Amino acid sequence: MSILIDKNTKVICQGFTGKQGSFHSEQSIAYGTQMVGGVTPGKGGQMHLGLPVFNTVKDAVNATGADASMIYVPAAFAADGILEAADAGIRVITCITEGIPVRDMINVKAALRANDCYLIGPNCPGLITPGECKIGIMPGFIHKPGKVGIVSRSGTLTYEAVWQTTQLELGQSTCVGIGGDPIKGMDFIDCLAMFEADEQTEAIILVGEIGGTAEEAAAEFIAAHVSKPVAAYIAGLTAPKGKRMGHAGAIIAGGSGRAEDKIAALEKAGVTIAQSPAGMGLAVQQALANQS
Amino acid sequence: MNLHEYQAKGVLRDFGIATPRGMTVTDPAQCAAAVAELGGDAWVIKAQVHAGGRGKAGGVKLCRSASELESAAQALLGSRLVTYQNAPDGQPVHALLIEETLPIARELYLSITVDRAAECIGIVASSAGGMEIEEVARATPEKILRESVNPVTGLMDYQARNIAFGLELSGEQIGACVRLLKTSYRLFVERDLSLLEINPLVLTTDGRIVPLDCKMALDDNAAYRQKALAELNDLSQLDPKEAEAHAHHVNYIALSGNIGCMVNGAGLAMATMDLIQLSGGKPANFLDVGGGATADSVAEAFRIILADANVKAVLINIFGGIVRCDLIADGIIQAVQQVGVSVPVIVRLEGTNAEAGRQRLAESGLAITAVNDLNEAARIAVKSARGEAQ
Repeated sequence: MSILIDKNTKVICQGFTGKQGSFHSEQSIAYGTQMVGGVTPGKGGQMHLGLPVFNTVKDAVNATGADASMIYVPAAFAADGILEAADAGIRVITCITEGIPVRDMINVKAALRANDCYLIGPNCPGLITPGECKIGIMPGFIHKPGKVGIVSRSGTLTYEAVWQTTQLELGQSTCVGIGGDPIKGMDFIDCLAMFEADEQTEAIILVGEIGGTAEEAAAEFIAAHVSKPVAAYIAGLTAPKGKRMGHAGAIIAGGSGRAEDKIAALEKAGVTIAQSPAGMGLAVQQALANQS
Repeated sequence: MNLHEYQAKGVLRDFGIATPRGMTVTDPAQCAAAVAELGGDAWVIKAQVHAGGRGKAGGVKLCRSASELESAAQALLGSRLVTYQNAPDGQPVHALLIEETLPIARELYLSITVDRAAECIGIVASSAGGMEIEEVARATPEKILRESVNPVTGLMDYQARNIAFGLELSGEQIGACVRLLKTSYRLFVERDLSLLEINPLVLTTDGRIVPLDCKMALDDNAAYRQKALAELNDLSQLDPKEAEAHAHHVNYIALSGNIGCMVNGAGLAMATMDLIQLSGGKPANFLDVGGGATADSVAEAFRIILADANVKAVLINIFGGIVRCDLIADGIIQAVQQVGVSVPVIVRLEGTNAEAGRQRLAESGLAITAVNDLNEAARIAVKSARGEAQ
């Protein structure tokens, strides 16, 4: 088992024939992902990377039975792409695109409330179930099928957590990069609930950063609903107030969003904290040892 | 992206919101014209910088004659205003806003921001205006009024009335407040703002509701479709190194330490800063070279980091994913030769082709220390910055 995606997931790419879409679709295919086609409006009927191109997501779903989509369209068209996928009945929608206006995401989230799909991102590396299905821009080779579920707001920090757990022979069940934007699809809590219910997942790593209060909400959820061991790393202890640290959502505003508060909340919920980004693997190993 | 007060008030007027009558001057000689234009016998002169706390810092003055205005303008223009919110060396004052004075009965607070938890636009108002809202929220939380706006309906009349009555307004002021709130919400949405803060929003003794100060910030992601606002960007208000980085599309924030950082990925960049501190050192900057780091972008990043004279060592932390570490190593070698780096450079490479990358660095003959353990890299960087042997 795993969460959200596995070897049976049929994936299409929106923005399939573009530079990013082509490159990362090739990588996904090489990893063994069951890619079944892609969408580029106006190029329907062509073949690309040996797969059919469709004009609309609806056409792609009808022809291939796709249930997941990865979106690489430019920011100005990304909201449209997400809602097109949802309307076509795609179950897992992953939006890699960075730089989508906040107003667009507010509208997307309001529109998706009537829908039962899962949105991952935007501004995220994507998600992967090692050895089965890779949707996104992460390097496949650092992963190893195993027992740790990883959920993270940062791309390269996810890779650190993955690489450390691979080297410690723990491996990963599924890794979800939920993205660095203030308004986004799945949040920590959604993933924590799925990892808690997933048989393969024996422990969880949560990677957070400054900005917002999602980590505090996750801490409350962990205390009440998560029985599996959880380790966490929070970036941004040295970040100055009021500055946007790269990610649109990474900003300490009006005394809220500080790393110290997030760490304290997680510690109170019994989460094992990694002090160093190099210590995430050891922290989850420790959390597993404490459990047994 | 922040706007100056005078620019923000211009946007308010574009939407039909009345602001105090005023004039923007960039030369003390323009004060006489401002006096003639505005009339009256007292004026407020306000330094235009991207920071709060201007009043306490001497950036806002009440003047009662044209000559008083002129000497205030003389003193402020060209100076750097240091407030408790900006950098130790402040921000340059290139423009002043001269406004009529108003007979103030009450000072209120209004702001519109993105409510991340509720995933919508939120309105915050308070009868305690003129103070920092965080302080009000701490000391007297009952004075904070909040409304979350459903994006489908926009701000409803009843929500605006909730705020108007909550602010203890009465009579015609209720309608005026409702109109102001609804227009402000529409403006926030149509102009893709990330912040609209009016503090104070004053109630005058003759019953008008007027924004006395206004802070506005544009959602950077929407700059492409808000060209008129994006053009108002005043780069002089940024740290010069940050402005330079901005021009080269490098994500850089200056800090006060002495270890320069170059990292791929924003989260890992923050984590690297934290790790330097954990190892007993101080980071000089935040710098994300991005996922597709090339020799050119690495060279540019070096130039930006080394423009800070405090930097005594540079720590490069790259987790090669799609980008191959051997190519990044070539980029680093090329950049070190090109830019002429004289401080110790510590490089931690991990991920795709990391071994080959470390080998290239070792064989380069340059003073580059290649490390594969992240903790070790930070420890060496801290020692190097102190001038100690590794």
